[in-house]
Amino acid sequence: MNPNSWISKTRSELGLFLQDMQIEHLEKNWLYLATAMIGFMVVILSIGAVFLHLNPPSHWETIDSASLHLGGEFAEDKLGVQPSKPSDVIIQVKLVAARYGFFPREIVVPADKKIQFRMASLDVLHGAHIPMTNMSTMILPGHISEVTTVFPKPGEYPLLCNEYCGMGHDHMWSKVTVLSQDDWAALKTGGKQP
Amino acid sequence: MIDMTTKRLALFNFWIAFGSFALACVFGMYQVLERSGLLTFIQSPAVYFASVSTHGVLMAFVLTTFFIMGFGYYTATTSLNMPIWNPTLAWAGYGVCLTGVVLAAIPLLLGKASVLYTFYPPIQANAFFYIGATLLVVGSWFWTAIMIVMFGKWKKAHPGETVPLPMFATTANAYLWAWTSAGVALEAVFQLLPWSLGLKDTIDVGLARTLFAWTLHPIVYFWLIPAYIALYSYVPVAAGGKLFSDKLARVAFLLILVFGLPIGFHHLYMDPEQGTIAKFWHMVGTFAVSLPTLLTGFTVIASLELAGRKRGGKGLFGWIGALPWQNPMVLAAILSLLMLVLGGFGGIVNASYAMNAMIHNTAWVPGHFHLIFAGTVVTMYLALAYQLWPKLCGKKLFSNDLALTQLWTWFVGMAIMTTPWHVLGLLGQPRRISSVQYNSLLTLAWKPYELLMILGGLVLLGSAGLFVYILFKTQTEGASEAQTVEETPLQSEVAVSNWLNNFVPWNLLILGLMLLSYGWPILQFFVLKTYNPTAWGY
Repeated sequence: MNPNSWISKTRSELGLFLQDMQIEHLEKNWLYLATAMIGFMVVILSIGAVFLHLNPPSHWETIDSASLHLGGEFAEDKLGVQPSKPSDVIIQVKLVAARYGFFPREIVVPADKKIQFRMASLDVLHGAHIPMTNMSTMILPGHISEVTTVFPKPGEYPLLCNEYCGMGHDHMWSKVTVLSQDDWAALKTGGKQP
Repeated sequence: MIDMTTKRLALFNFWIAFGSFALACVFGMYQVLERSGLLTFIQSPAVYFASVSTHGVLMAFVLTTFFIMGFGYYTATTSLNMPIWNPTLAWAGYGVCLTGVVLAAIPLLLGKASVLYTFYPPIQANAFFYIGATLLVVGSWFWTAIMIVMFGKWKKAHPGETVPLPMFATTANAYLWAWTSAGVALEAVFQLLPWSLGLKDTIDVGLARTLFAWTLHPIVYFWLIPAYIALYSYVPVAAGGKLFSDKLARVAFLLILVFGLPIGFHHLYMDPEQGTIAKFWHMVGTFAVSLPTLLTGFTVIASLELAGRKRGGKGLFGWIGALPWQNPMVLAAILSLLMLVLGGFGGIVNASYAMNAMIHNTAWVPGHFHLIFAGTVVTMYLALAYQLWPKLCGKKLFSNDLALTQLWTWFVGMAIMTTPWHVLGLLGQPRRISSVQYNSLLTLAWKPYELLMILGGLVLLGSAGLFVYILFKTQTEGASEAQTVEETPLQSEVAVSNWLNNFVPWNLLILGLMLLSYGWPILQFFVLKTYNPTAWGY
């Protein structure tokens, strides 16, 4: 190969670089150990992402925040827990995030079932988080946020806004009640099992 | 060598930095008190959010930028042994920065810019706030240019020689800052300024967040590099030993420069506008950038061990006791590394992709960055001030004992304040609330931690006051000290190849990585349909 070609030059430069890296025994061991530690963590997260589908909520879907109230899926009469059949795998919840609350302010959902939240902001940035759970997403005006989770434990949870959205930010929260599947079904049917 | 121009430039920059720091600590104290709800008469969201915005801007933008500029000028002249290139330009940059700070401070203090230091639109601040912030960045570019030119001039005058480590790291930081600040500068010039001046009605929020995320991560390395310079160049000497490995130090700085940049999306894990693949890629980079910090921890601790053994320390841990704990630089390094370990652990939790959902935007996050920034970084800034003040003023340090007390109280205060925040974060408390108003059983568990953080705040405010007092007393009443010949903080004796002695290949590598990491994520806002909101007040 031509010794003046850029490949040869890069090669010899790289050789010099590697020569430079002839570092002490201890340093080398630490370098390997540190790289292995980091690699281990990345592998664990990759397994979670690829096989268990543990990914953060990402969802490109835009919407005009200024006209949410005029119709479409975020119109007032369409909000809240969506009607479902007992055979449905996923239950959908639609919420509008706006100063200062998530509307409707109170929702009731079943435990141990996939709940898909679809949320849109009417005004500014908001963040939705149910403490002690992994239900968390940012809500940007102009975008629809979608996040799916399962609540294993029945109980009453606050749904908090965790992004500064104005002077009333402290007051921005709503109530999420998680019922066992039987209680939730009873609620829907007025106490009669279907 | 250190001439009058350098001394003045350094001192003028440092006083703005540390004056802002002390003022920001007062705001911080108000915030922990207000937030706890202990004193009802000071409760006010309007004052709280104005205070939080000012505290953030002063600490993250003013303290850091001015300190780094002053320290850069000092490092360049002392380690290269040459005067500052174009002092007029340096003073002009100082003037532009200062004008920016004043312009931004007015609306901030009047409560007209309560948009937090991350200024996420569409909440809109007074236009002067954005103009001021932009000028601060533009003024800092004067410094960036001077550092890069001085690096080049020295290399030209010393062909084949190795650039001294402190200047190598400072130049790495200058390049890092040029890359880093481009994101927020684009946001300011093309989005925030025209929108706040009324030239444009709407703003693309997703694009603004993406550009800010570009800046938001590497900026912490811009703040961190001076602390690492101290750890590599001053600490081993102060401890009575030598640096374990000069080469490994250079590699660490280069790794920070290259991997620190293309990883900003770990701030956007919970955002809808960026996709899974981009987030995953940025996650891998985020883990990669912890490598230089792990190397730094090893090299600095190894250097300390060498020094401790040289001083007669025996056994597995005996060298720790043999270290000169009465030396502020050594004490600061030990406390700083301790906080780095704890804060680094929290950082790995933040970085862990989907797990971020548990703590995103909770009190855990300020807990983490107060440990890393206010703990690790600022502690080293304080120690550098104690090291440099006598050299800059020609006076002896006012009191070594007071300096040690100050460093210890800063550490203890930070530990008391950040521990409750980590717990509160795990219990789900949002980071940016001004008071707890939720009528929910869960939030009752927050109360005791809210009270504990007041104690931390008090200790920290006292410590910050003591720090400024020591500097002031040193400058005004310190005993004159005969000017000794300036000891250069560790000259390079090792010969390194061109790879570790210039930045061209590394800048090209960064360009490639930035295109890969931010190409489509930014382009998508121009290709896909977005609906941009108008401005909102608060």
